[in-house]
Amino acid sequence: MSTATEHVGHDAEHAHGEHHHGAPAGIKRWLFTTNHKDIGTLYLWFAFIMFLVGGAMAMVIRAELFQPGLQIVEPNFFNQMTTVHGLIMVFGAVMPAFTGLANWLIPMMIGAPDMALPRMNNWSFWILPFAFLILLSSLFVEGGGPAFGWTFYAPLSTTYSGDSTALFVFSVHIMGISSIMGAINVIVTIFNMRAPGMTWMKMPLFVWTWLITAFLLIAVMPVLAGAVTMVLTDKFFGTHFFDAAGGGDPVMFQHIFWFFGHPEVYIMILPAFGIISQIIPTFARKRLFGYASMVYATASIALLSFIVWAHHMFTTGMPLAAEMFFMFATMLISVPTGVKVFNWVATMWRGSMTFEVPMLFALAFIVLFTIGGLSGLMLAITPVDFQYHDTYFVVAHFHYVLVTGAVFSIMAAVYYWLPKWTGRMFDITLAKWHFWCSLISVNVLFFPMHFVGLAGMPRRIPDYALQFADFNKWISIGGFAFGLSQLIFLALLIKACRHQGEKVSDQVWEGAEGLEWEIPSPAPYHTFDTPPVIK
Amino acid sequence: MTQPKTTNPNNRLVLKLVGIVLGMFGFGFALVPLYDVFCDITGINGKTENTAATYTAVDVDESRWVTIEFLTRTNSGMPWEFEAKTKRVRVNPGALNTVEFYVRNPARRDIVAQAIPSVSPGTAALYINKTECFCFNHQPLGAGEEALMPMRFYIDPQLPEDITFFTLQYTLYDVTEAAQKNAQSTVAKTTSYLTDKNG
Repeated sequence: MSTATEHVGHDAEHAHGEHHHGAPAGIKRWLFTTNHKDIGTLYLWFAFIMFLVGGAMAMVIRAELFQPGLQIVEPNFFNQMTTVHGLIMVFGAVMPAFTGLANWLIPMMIGAPDMALPRMNNWSFWILPFAFLILLSSLFVEGGGPAFGWTFYAPLSTTYSGDSTALFVFSVHIMGISSIMGAINVIVTIFNMRAPGMTWMKMPLFVWTWLITAFLLIAVMPVLAGAVTMVLTDKFFGTHFFDAAGGGDPVMFQHIFWFFGHPEVYIMILPAFGIISQIIPTFARKRLFGYASMVYATASIALLSFIVWAHHMFTTGMPLAAEMFFMFATMLISVPTGVKVFNWVATMWRGSMTFEVPMLFALAFIVLFTIGGLSGLMLAITPVDFQYHDTYFVVAHFHYVLVTGAVFSIMAAVYYWLPKWTGRMFDITLAKWHFWCSLISVNVLFFPMHFVGLAGMPRRIPDYALQFADFNKWISIGGFAFGLSQLIFLALLIKACRHQGEKVSDQVWEGAEGLEWEIPSPAPYHTFDTPPVIK
Repeated sequence: MTQPKTTNPNNRLVLKLVGIVLGMFGFGFALVPLYDVFCDITGINGKTENTAATYTAVDVDESRWVTIEFLTRTNSGMPWEFEAKTKRVRVNPGALNTVEFYVRNPARRDIVAQAIPSVSPGTAALYINKTECFCFNHQPLGAGEEALMPMRFYIDPQLPEDITFFTLQYTLYDVTEAAQKNAQSTVAKTTSYLTDKNG
């Protein structure tokens, strides 16, 4: 049943490498740790808890939308749920999960003993729980939490918002500082800590995609910080950045926000591309097809992401020339993205494929992310966007790229590297249940959203016309099923952390290649104290 | 930060990266004036000039007619009645025209208003030259008062040939609070912004 290669001898080095050796015991280990593996684990657990919290909010949304009319929650609370769900999933689940994977894997992949700035690493994680404590506590203050959508468009966030906006702004500031510190750490580590012989074009693609992501982060997170600061001063200190009466311009908010927002989209998908590019070759037992083109495609996507932001704003009344520019620039991104999908398929072509759980998630990623990419192309077409704008079609699009894209890639990554982290194979039966339940329910959840969107159902509305009732019932059932499926994942992770399951070999997966598969399983607390030899 | 010597290359790189971060934070704010400059040049957000133009007897292009429609609205919470006396005019580019807007303050308090123009299609905004406009200043009205506000303008003959019709919309905002604050703070500085602007 286990598809992992046979567990090899349990030698002295192995015993020395047990997780608990060399690490202080108790809570202080986690509070004061500067170890990249510990911090990676903290990030991943934090992301998973946030995934469940944000998911619970999605359950509230789907319960309210189960049938037309207002049944369960007030519209204002519904709006808080959509807003905080979005913020938590973007900044609390997907981004920290990728940072956690970066912490765990980048040093092991490039042969470095740790991250370059371990103390800052500790800080960048530990300020994160406080950011989300502030954000979540804002739901309990008078007037409720932020209810203006995760995009906090002015004047919704300035003129029409509650006092809790200040809490929202500060929490976004802290999240931003955390991800900027994380990104700086990744860049410095990759630039300065590669083992001798680990040249740029020998780096694993996960490292490459994260390097490019880190540059995107330090380029746009400060712009987000500026945007929330302007909202704060507009709301509380009488400035007029976005107030037309005072000479400002509310449309400018959208320009500034999406100048951050579109690169942010790629921040959440480029590391996913890296993960898939690690997993597919392992289980196809072939080298990755077109390594160099993958690197250049990633860089092209990152650069193009800076000149497409206004495709979120086609309906604001831009001149035709600007709409054409942003339409074609957006469509241009599908070229490097197409290169990637082609390369993954070409890697599998005539490979000796096996379908272990990480591979299942990776394959689902390729198919479903491509569906999300294609609906993105539809949205990029200016004239049709006038119909699709702010409908459930948009919701379907970005959930395909973010849930079956980013989140599936994170799950694939966890299944792929978990045996390396714990030294034992996870419960494969549970994992397969998790995969198939998630795969089916996620499509029941998000696919009908295309239909109701095309038929005109607006997003962020707690009620809807009767004509959408049947589809919404199915969507909600899919949503509840997808939410419950994640509890299987929780059970599996708890089992894995209790070191249950069969011991695995150093290589874990038969076709796995790379430095992290040459160190013992579980990965010792300290790795590569002496740099490895790179072939 | 007492780091061993070996991290020096790290520190240098960190400094550069922090520089990028600070630069991008500044860039976020620089986008505000950049946006205004960009819109000024291209006219894409439909805002007209905020200062009076001087009318120099330009050649009036009598062979060409442009239709302008005037729309009025008030921002939510702004109680004024606001109406264009002339809803639509046909003008020759280059000719000086005057239109009037009627306002009444039906509220029981004094209100200061600010009118914000918006032209559609936006590019036409570049070719409207106003020699006089109520939108240049704050407009105060006492409780129950009414007024006629003039706007004198001419269309630049350079207006692209394909534009034969455009709309000019004014939105009235209640800026009483801001005007009072401004007056107080400027009184403290002994120069009154309001009188300066209105005077």
